[in-house]
Amino acid sequence: MFRRNTWVFIAIIVVFSLALWVLLPVEGERFGRKGIQFGLDLEGGVRLVYRADLSQVEEDAREDVMDGVLAVIANRINPLGVTEPEYRRRGDDQIVVELPGSDITDIQKERIGRTALLEFREWVEVPIGGAEAEEEPVDAGEEAPLDNGEGEGEPAPGTGEEEPVDEGGEEESEPATVGMWVPAKGTIDGQEKVLNSSYFRENTYVDRSGTLGEIVLHFEWTEEGAELSEQITGRLVGKPLAIFEGSGEDAQPLYGKDGNMIAPTVQSVIRESGIITGLGMETATELAKQLNAGRLPVPLSMVGEMTVKPKLGEDFVDLSVRAGAIGVALVMLFMVAYYRLPGLMASLALVFYGVLVLALFKMLGVTLTLAGIGGFVLSIGMAVDANVLIFERMKEEFQMGRTLGAAIEAGLNRAWTAIRDSNITTIIVCVILIWVGGTVAFGGSVQGFGVTLLIGVLVSMATAIVVTRTFLRLFVGTGLAKRARLFTMYSGKRNV
Amino acid sequence: MFDIVGKRPYYFAISAILVLGSAIAIAALGLNPGIDFSSGSVTTLSFEQGADPAEVKDELSRLGYVARVEEWQNDLIIHTVQLSAAEKTGLEQSLEERFGAVEEKGFESVDPIIAEETARTAGIAVAISAAGILVYLTWAFRRMPRPFHYGVCAVVALIHDVVVVLGVFAVLGGILGWEVNLMFIIGVLAVIGYSVNNTVVVFDRVRENLQRGISTRFDVVVNNSLVETLSRSLNTSLTTLAVVLALVLFVGASIQNFAVVLLVGVIAGTYSSLFVAPQLLAVWERGQWSGFLRRPSLTT
Repeated sequence: MFRRNTWVFIAIIVVFSLALWVLLPVEGERFGRKGIQFGLDLEGGVRLVYRADLSQVEEDAREDVMDGVLAVIANRINPLGVTEPEYRRRGDDQIVVELPGSDITDIQKERIGRTALLEFREWVEVPIGGAEAEEEPVDAGEEAPLDNGEGEGEPAPGTGEEEPVDEGGEEESEPATVGMWVPAKGTIDGQEKVLNSSYFRENTYVDRSGTLGEIVLHFEWTEEGAELSEQITGRLVGKPLAIFEGSGEDAQPLYGKDGNMIAPTVQSVIRESGIITGLGMETATELAKQLNAGRLPVPLSMVGEMTVKPKLGEDFVDLSVRAGAIGVALVMLFMVAYYRLPGLMASLALVFYGVLVLALFKMLGVTLTLAGIGGFVLSIGMAVDANVLIFERMKEEFQMGRTLGAAIEAGLNRAWTAIRDSNITTIIVCVILIWVGGTVAFGGSVQGFGVTLLIGVLVSMATAIVVTRTFLRLFVGTGLAKRARLFTMYSGKRNV
Repeated sequence: MFDIVGKRPYYFAISAILVLGSAIAIAALGLNPGIDFSSGSVTTLSFEQGADPAEVKDELSRLGYVARVEEWQNDLIIHTVQLSAAEKTGLEQSLEERFGAVEEKGFESVDPIIAEETARTAGIAVAISAAGILVYLTWAFRRMPRPFHYGVCAVVALIHDVVVVLGVFAVLGGILGWEVNLMFIIGVLAVIGYSVNNTVVVFDRVRENLQRGISTRFDVVVNNSLVETLSRSLNTSLTTLAVVLALVLFVGASIQNFAVVLLVGVIAGTYSSLFVAPQLLAVWERGQWSGFLRRPSLTT
């Protein structure tokens, strides 16, 4: 019995040291986890919720269109240079964008939510100064042939595979012309029109139907699109046709997964339908989604926003750390004053609890929000509850005439059902909080609270039962155990 | 030994006054829904040269906004209707002209679509919590003769606590303009968990004492159980109140609602777990409903 307790005690010290090592320094890296993760409200950052107006989209196409809108938004966010941007769909018609630790301007926010439209652009040389469109950075385009898909098969090697783009790009300084991407236009009934994604039919798809089993993106034009396409591809055979997202000066070139611009070279004149080959699977799938999303006007409106400047978040962290420290001090003071030696043991167990929980936050990558810290601080107050239950029970058992050792054991055993049943109700609530947090648009704080309180309750049950018990057992059989006053156990003080 | 159960009419009276008072406050004053539930914008601004909240409010009403301005640390938190990017910029420029350089430290905006959905989810969450607890307690006390009674009594105590919290917030809303937001709901759910936690400790002792057969009279068993767990109940509440008070006093701002809900809820929860749930159980188990109702002078 005694032996075993000593071993448990040593194990506790080991676990504590390990937890302390994991935790400190707070910003340090342990097991590949660096620092404690803070939520947007503490770290600062932007969270945007957009809602798509799907009224012009047929019901069964909505899923695909939303995926496409998300892909378009991803393309807009990536150039912003945010370290870990997050974007995901929410419900049927919403998109959530999270940019932690960054601050973007209102104009940038608006741009993220523009209606998705893909525009085709051709490379032209214009005299310097006479530019009406903005200059685009000239990258080597995707080496992706654009074909009419009528079974002509592979382009002859070397034909049009190389982009003519570079020639114009590199000699920008000397000659009197500069190369730039301008919207590819055609004329219908005397009207100039830009070839864009609104002319796609809905059946854009990707498969491996090429002669060598390579990835092929199939598309089909509407009637008007076919006419424009015929005019444009007709004059651009052997030249690249780039795909831009957006229109006018705000337009951004689309980039493939390999970081190159998507600018397939026109292989032949494309009328009703065509194919794009030579793209990677991921890029092709993404592009197909983007083309689909750009087919119909799906206006986005911002329905929710949260912007927190990092400075504001820092204030919150400082204040809640202070509140937590004061709270812990008060709880310890009370426990020692009321329960004496066991209270001191419980306070030590509380330190163990705090370090272990924070180390777990770090290891599990729990995102700490302000409410989450609130949940942690609250759990400190509740963590001593299990100890209080045990100590009160111990007192009762002692007053009934048991020895200290027997009172400790009985106190632990009898208090267990109460500890278990009362904590399960809190666990139920935590699970519901985590669910709510995951469901509502700005539920990060709710979820954070649920997670920290849940971890807190689970760890506090374990520490109260294992740690406090082990500490107390260490005293059984020592000289201290005979001094009942240290355990605040006076026989006969019971008011029965 | 204290006779708590025997004096139950007094405790029920106190609860009745609390609940009635809260209900009247809620009915008369209503609750101010925050932007999470009713849509709107909250802008946190830092004024380089400082600014008086009342003057800022005046300036805003001159611009046509009915705003609520709170001071937190050295910043001003401004609650308005939903602002578009352009409106926000215009508002900040006007304030800059009058009060000097302004820095935007935070901005939150919620559309009615999101707000409606959030409010609905929050309501569902509170209902599911109560139902989940009822089911769990009925199961936990399944070996008792009438396990359902334990669950119902705990849930009644829980509703009691929630009503009191709502009542206090109706009053705070009426006087100080406090709002009910998502943080408030977190607080309410935490109170639900906490309140039941306390009740369960008492019920657990009832279960144990019944099995030990300390008395044939159910109300005596309940009373003994209450007294035996009294110091535990009070001590746990005290430690929890200590940390909650630290949050109220030292953090405030967006966590203030949550902390104050807990403050009120923990006090109400301690009261109800001692004086409402066990007493109800005693009355119900002894089948004294008729007697309970025949003594209106003691219960109202």
